[in-house]
Amino acid sequence: MTNQELAKVANEVRKGVVTAVHAAKSGHPGGSLGAADIMTYLYFAEMDVDPADPHRADRDRFVLSKGHCAPALYAVLAERGFFGKEELETLRHIGSRLQGHPNMNDTPGVDMSTGSLGQGISAAVGMALAAKHWGDSYRVYTLLGDGECEEGQVWEAAMFAGNHALDNLVAVVDHNGLQIDGTIDEVNSAMPLADKFRAFKWHVIELADGNDMEQVAAAFAEAREVSGAPVAIIAETVKGKGVSFMENQVGWHGKAPNDEQFEQAMAELTAAGEEL
Amino acid sequence: MAEVKKVATRVSYGEALVELGNERDDFVVLDADLAAATQTGKFKAAHPERFYDAGIAESNLMGLAAGIATTGRVAFASTFAMFAAGRAYEQVRNSIGYPHLNVKIGATHAGISVGEDGATHQCCEDIALMRTIPGMTVIVPADDVEARACVRAAYEFEGPVYMRFGRLATPVINDREDYEFKIGRGVVVREGSDVTIVACGLMVAEALAAAEALAADGIDAEVINMHTIKPLDERLVVASVRKTGRVVTAEEHSIIGGLGEAVASVLAEQHPVPMRRVGVRDVYGESGPAVDLLHKYGLDADGIEAAVRSVL
Repeated sequence: MTNQELAKVANEVRKGVVTAVHAAKSGHPGGSLGAADIMTYLYFAEMDVDPADPHRADRDRFVLSKGHCAPALYAVLAERGFFGKEELETLRHIGSRLQGHPNMNDTPGVDMSTGSLGQGISAAVGMALAAKHWGDSYRVYTLLGDGECEEGQVWEAAMFAGNHALDNLVAVVDHNGLQIDGTIDEVNSAMPLADKFRAFKWHVIELADGNDMEQVAAAFAEAREVSGAPVAIIAETVKGKGVSFMENQVGWHGKAPNDEQFEQAMAELTAAGEEL
Repeated sequence: MAEVKKVATRVSYGEALVELGNERDDFVVLDADLAAATQTGKFKAAHPERFYDAGIAESNLMGLAAGIATTGRVAFASTFAMFAAGRAYEQVRNSIGYPHLNVKIGATHAGISVGEDGATHQCCEDIALMRTIPGMTVIVPADDVEARACVRAAYEFEGPVYMRFGRLATPVINDREDYEFKIGRGVVVREGSDVTIVACGLMVAEALAAAEALAADGIDAEVINMHTIKPLDERLVVASVRKTGRVVTAEEHSIIGGLGEAVASVLAEQHPVPMRRVGVRDVYGESGPAVDLLHKYGLDADGIEAAVRSVL
């Protein structure tokens, strides 16, 4: 796939996010939209996964440590063919396989149950350790929020991964600068992230625009070349990316669009898709 | 009277891991800087390439174990009960319990018999915390024989297991030919007709001693070793209590949320009878020699005997 084709897929993923959250009447569209490009790249270009065999033992793994961005994960899994796109409208409904936060036993393609912040990265480190221990070749990817990096467990996990030189592990930090109570700076900043990961013996890649598919591709290509250390990609993203009224708005962290807002968002995304 | 062999179940745990490791290589053992105390250090010495130390980071310890278990292998995660069930409760619930992963938590230094370290390390709430997690199996072995058996059973069992081990060397009571361990299956270790004593962990041996003392007064106590707190062997409890009409529970744990409340719940619904609970009575422990502490807090044969007399 070309980067332009990937960008088109990411745009479809964004439609899926908006559709799912609108249907759920709750959920987290802001971070989901911001991470859509990275997650699309992972599932369509970077990772070796098989929608027909989601549990294949040697598949690459992805852990959505910022589990509240489940709509993006579900939308990308649906685009990739793990289940039908129509299922996205069941998000957060009683009996749905698409829980508010991901559960590996409910949803095909979900590799770890997450949602309680700080815990996903530990599981990802455990997976990477297991691969090293038993000589498996798969790679492990995890996506963290920048707010999530305020959780102490993130750094416990980072310490362990660095000390064990888990170079089959890539942690992407979705750095959009916003969290529920305000900006990262206003709340309790964990910055500078790059220095912290370096201090824990990680190779750090600073991705200036995590919503630009070419830059995303370059970052993951660099990550693949690293040996002897886990890789942290600090990705600058725009929360709410692709829906004008959601972009960089704290208020859209965890709120669903009403019918009118839904129509506007879908119209914007449809127009953007046609331009790609 | 012959000298009674005493072994701390934490030692049994470490040795059982070594034996299991001699046979199988599809599991790893993790600890959090307490390998010498939890006895996983024995496994580390025997199988160093299969031992990982998370350092003093129990939250990550549980997450690592969860991640390993997603790959189809077994991870034993060890630390003190206080940190396994207490500090890392939410990691156990959300990263291990919710996805029902094959993690075996080996929690040592449970209860007041930790001794001199005092209240901060005397976890008397872990059974309560762990049994609230859906799908979690909770095992409190009574002695060396049972602790070794439970390690193997937990390894072979599909799903998360919390195993509770002690620091104090306690009598070996299950060293007989026909001993058999089955998760969820309590064991009548003494038959009786006047009262049922349901005990777990080191309190099983104390219950047997209490039963002997009571027998001298013509009181015939049945003693059940309830090594699995969850799932509880409800049928055994109800069947025994139908016969005796009285029940006393005995555990080295808070009377809130542990074996006593588990038994009380079953009997309240199925066969209410007069009951007493022997346990830590909603207080913190304190520093002191383990045996003295157990006596002070009523967690011994004397305490059980008094409870039985008060319920008759």
